[in-house]
Amino acid sequence: MLAYYLRLGLRSLRRNPVLTGLMIMAIGFGVAASMTTFAVFRAVSGNPIPWKSGQLFVPQIDGFGPSGRDPGDNGEPPDALNYQDTLALMRAHPASRQTALYPVAISVVPADASKQPFSISGYAVTTDFFGMFEMPFQYGNGWGTNEDDRRASTVVISSKLNQKVFNGANSVGRNIVLDNRDYRIVGVAKSWDPHPRYYDVVNTSGFGDAPDFFMPFSRAIDLQMDTDGNNNCNKSPEGGWDAWLQSTCVWLTVWAELPDAAAVQRYRSYLDGYAADQKRAGRYNWAPNNRLRNVMEWLDHEHVVPQETKVSLLVALGFLAVCLVNTIGLLLAKFMRRSQEIGVRRALGASRREIYTQFLAEASMVGVAGGVLGLLLTAGGVYSIGLVFEPEVAALAHVDFGLIGLTLLVAIGATVIAAFYPTWRAAQVQPAWQLKSN
Amino acid sequence: MQIQPILAALKRHKAGTILIALQIALTLAIVCNALFIIKQRVTHLSRATGIDEQNIISVRNQWVGKPPSQQVSGLTATDLTALRQIPGVVDVYSTNSYPLRQGGWSEGLDYKPNQDHSTAHTAIYFSDEHTLGTLGLKLVEGRNFRADEIGRMDIRDKLGPPTIIVTRELAHKLYPDGSALGKVLYLNENPTTIVGVVDRLEVPWVDNWASQWAEQSTLVPVRLAMSIGGFYLIRTQPGQVDSVAKQVSKTLYGVNRMRVIDPKDGVQSFSQVRAKAYARDRGMAILMGVVCVVLLAITAAGIVGLTSFWVGQRRKQIGVRRALGATHHDILSYFLTENLLISLGGVIIGALLAIGMNMWMVSQFEMARLSPTYVLAGVVVLLLLGQAAVLAPALRASRVPPVEATRSV
Repeated sequence: MLAYYLRLGLRSLRRNPVLTGLMIMAIGFGVAASMTTFAVFRAVSGNPIPWKSGQLFVPQIDGFGPSGRDPGDNGEPPDALNYQDTLALMRAHPASRQTALYPVAISVVPADASKQPFSISGYAVTTDFFGMFEMPFQYGNGWGTNEDDRRASTVVISSKLNQKVFNGANSVGRNIVLDNRDYRIVGVAKSWDPHPRYYDVVNTSGFGDAPDFFMPFSRAIDLQMDTDGNNNCNKSPEGGWDAWLQSTCVWLTVWAELPDAAAVQRYRSYLDGYAADQKRAGRYNWAPNNRLRNVMEWLDHEHVVPQETKVSLLVALGFLAVCLVNTIGLLLAKFMRRSQEIGVRRALGASRREIYTQFLAEASMVGVAGGVLGLLLTAGGVYSIGLVFEPEVAALAHVDFGLIGLTLLVAIGATVIAAFYPTWRAAQVQPAWQLKSN
Repeated sequence: MQIQPILAALKRHKAGTILIALQIALTLAIVCNALFIIKQRVTHLSRATGIDEQNIISVRNQWVGKPPSQQVSGLTATDLTALRQIPGVVDVYSTNSYPLRQGGWSEGLDYKPNQDHSTAHTAIYFSDEHTLGTLGLKLVEGRNFRADEIGRMDIRDKLGPPTIIVTRELAHKLYPDGSALGKVLYLNENPTTIVGVVDRLEVPWVDNWASQWAEQSTLVPVRLAMSIGGFYLIRTQPGQVDSVAKQVSKTLYGVNRMRVIDPKDGVQSFSQVRAKAYARDRGMAILMGVVCVVLLAITAAGIVGLTSFWVGQRRKQIGVRRALGATHHDILSYFLTENLLISLGGVIIGALLAIGMNMWMVSQFEMARLSPTYVLAGVVVLLLLGQAAVLAPALRASRVPPVEATRSV
């Protein structure tokens, strides 16, 4: 019977090609707009490390105090740490694993003199970084605590840099010259670029090119390597590198791995104790004002999802709603125009249920066609998304099976939902009245 | 035109009436907000930087091996001399940042040393005596920096220039009641004198956080010798941006190979800088524009579809009316009025919805209040759209012959 209804539906849809085309286009456009913006939203708002995001925390210690804040800050401490507080956290080690980090830029001079030097960017981190963030290795491994303590010139490079400099060969144990200094390669990372780049959303938008290398934090400080990111001072330090390290300028991030609630509690009380100590010592003259946020809380606090992405998703969903209202109206018109046909079928013994099946089948066909159109438009939309969103964000949006499935599901589901009222009206048609009036 | 019979007829088509009104309401709400977003973005991205954008090139130069600050000064001076020799170059200077760069140095200016909260936020542009000429800034008061007052500092040194040039906006913020020229302020606890005021110069950031002080910039007579490198700004003869830009990398590598000028975006014309800085705004404006157009088209199509159905359904009644003496015009105006009534209902709900939607967005995002003009404009657009959409079916209705009344099917 269903096959028959589908044939009937097809015939009816063919009878009013304009109306049918209108419905298909409305569904197609509505779904495509929603899915395209959703593809972007999905790309930027995801949890980059779902299995562990509740265990990784960023501590914030207020190094500026109330006078260093703008009224708009709502009493929030700065989103980075100064060197002294970072050093204290690293020494006390109140977490099972923790790392300090800051972005550094360096240049590479190719051995081949005909090639021009190029610059690469990376991070100064400590040994725990690799385990905490579960960075996969192609060759070798991260360095150990020993190298951190020895302030060793070791480096972990990305597979991309390894490809560029060593043609992809296993370069572990070899040396690489960065800014005229030798570094020993201990590991080559597999391509690893979580989105958003949650471990550093203070200095980056969270998107963009993956880092090329990682080097020991202690070594970077010894070499007086400046941060390649932001540096904020509430009070300008007297000149020089050492004065900067002693100052309250903030430019560092610390991450702590805290596996359970008890560890979180311990870490919190450590932070409070530390801030209280600083107050007693006269370094800070305000009450402790610390924060400890896990990955998702931190991404939210740092507004990693661009506002544009959210607004455009909302507008697209509103657009879909209009398209659905439109479809309800058109289906209603289409179905009610066939009141006579329904009257005849009902008079010949078709139950209301049969009418429901017939018209929902017809509506699903519109849904499928709308879904296919929507799919094509979504593909086109995602492809040309670079025109609308920044290239770094646009590059992340892609069409996969999930999105294809969702597009079809939304299209068919939405159309069927839209068809419920018109179908109900069709099923209410009184056979006697229809037959009599004609 | 009698409205009573139309209302009576509409009562018998509740579902269709409500659907059209609802569609108009939703469309109005979305279109108003979208137009408002477009307007805000366009205003934002067409802000003038105050510099002679057409003839400026920015060059990002990074040094290899982090040479010490003393050495950087010499290297920079050599580069500047070489750049000046490129045919078509008018002037050059080196700096830490420029408008629309989206990164830079900011400070607070104080009336007194050790003030708790700064009197004014300002962006710091490291400059020399060539800066005004290169950027094409208009000096409205005072003088340019003299070559002998240009100092030098490392990035970790404390900034404390004896003299500064400020923008008119900043001067007004600091001294609303009179001239800022010759006044002494405190920058990092060091006294500094305002020796000049330029008409206009935007800060490097276009984001929201700097929007309150977007034109409060300060030029300091200091060369920032950063071992990581910095920026060269080049002003060319009119129309020679492209030809000069092509030679920059080659010239600089010719002077000294131990540097990095990114082949992708190391050398940018200012129009490229502008496009990049406002990519988000432009994208958002385009997206909202497309949404508006498609949405209005779909709503118009929906009205055509439903009205056509009604016309088809009422052919007999129309025939009867025509037979009883109604003119073409009567029938036409019946459908136009019917649509107007439905649209009016729709736009009233839609206007409320638009304002509600905007209020919610204001609470969620950094957005401004919707101006009533946009709601009004949206109302007019949708009413006209409704009338235009209903015209074709209504004309068809008006052509229904009176004889239709006598036909049974």
